[in-house]
Amino acid sequence: MGALTKAQMADRLFDELGLNKREAKEIVDMFFGELRISLESNEQVKLSGFGNFELREKGERPGRNPKTGEEIPITARRVVTFRPGQKLKARVEAYAGTQSEQ
Amino acid sequence: MLCQGWGEDGGSNNDNNDIGGTMTKSELIELIAAKQNQLSAKDVELAIKTLIEQMSETLAAGNRIEIRGFGSFSLHYRAPRIGRNPKTGESVGLAGKYVPHFKPGKELRDRVNQSMHSAEVNPYEEPN
Repeated sequence: MGALTKAQMADRLFDELGLNKREAKEIVDMFFGELRISLESNEQVKLSGFGNFELREKGERPGRNPKTGEEIPITARRVVTFRPGQKLKARVEAYAGTQSEQ
Repeated sequence: MLCQGWGEDGGSNNDNNDIGGTMTKSELIELIAAKQNQLSAKDVELAIKTLIEQMSETLAAGNRIEIRGFGSFSLHYRAPRIGRNPKTGESVGLAGKYVPHFKPGKELRDRVNQSMHSAEVNPYEEPN
């Protein structure tokens, strides 16, 4: 099976909850849209049972152009990090237990 | 078990964590319910919980999630290692495992980063 996409998420709302196709697509778009708006408004998001989207501010640090070796500073920036919750971590680890070591 | 998991993300220590606030799942549900007019708040709640459950199931089955403009979720493998009980100093073998990982998409990365630079007053800005 390929990766889960918004289209499949909308299909599930249609199949399982009986939303019509337009409503289903709208809810999926709003879900990711509101997450994005929150994060770009400097607001973290906590989805209990899944995980937290956190914001970190990174100071400027020295960097290097990997092609030319030239030194160029990496400017200060704000980045999103995801911290999976205990429940999600436990479910994913259970998967690992069923796999042969890769 | 309880002492596992700390410090694995290795976030660097001198980052600022000046955050503006937090949105919870129930606030997100209320916000979406208020912004659309076809579904009841109960239906929106059920829909959002279904989406989150589907995302968890996908990762728990070892599959990826790819949301254009937002980012992708995948599993990263952590090799087996020797851990230590911080209380007793005793060594314990920890099996290899998979952990969920999120990589923000370019659009989300750019927008979040821009929001820092366009903030009216940024107390962390270097004086010129």
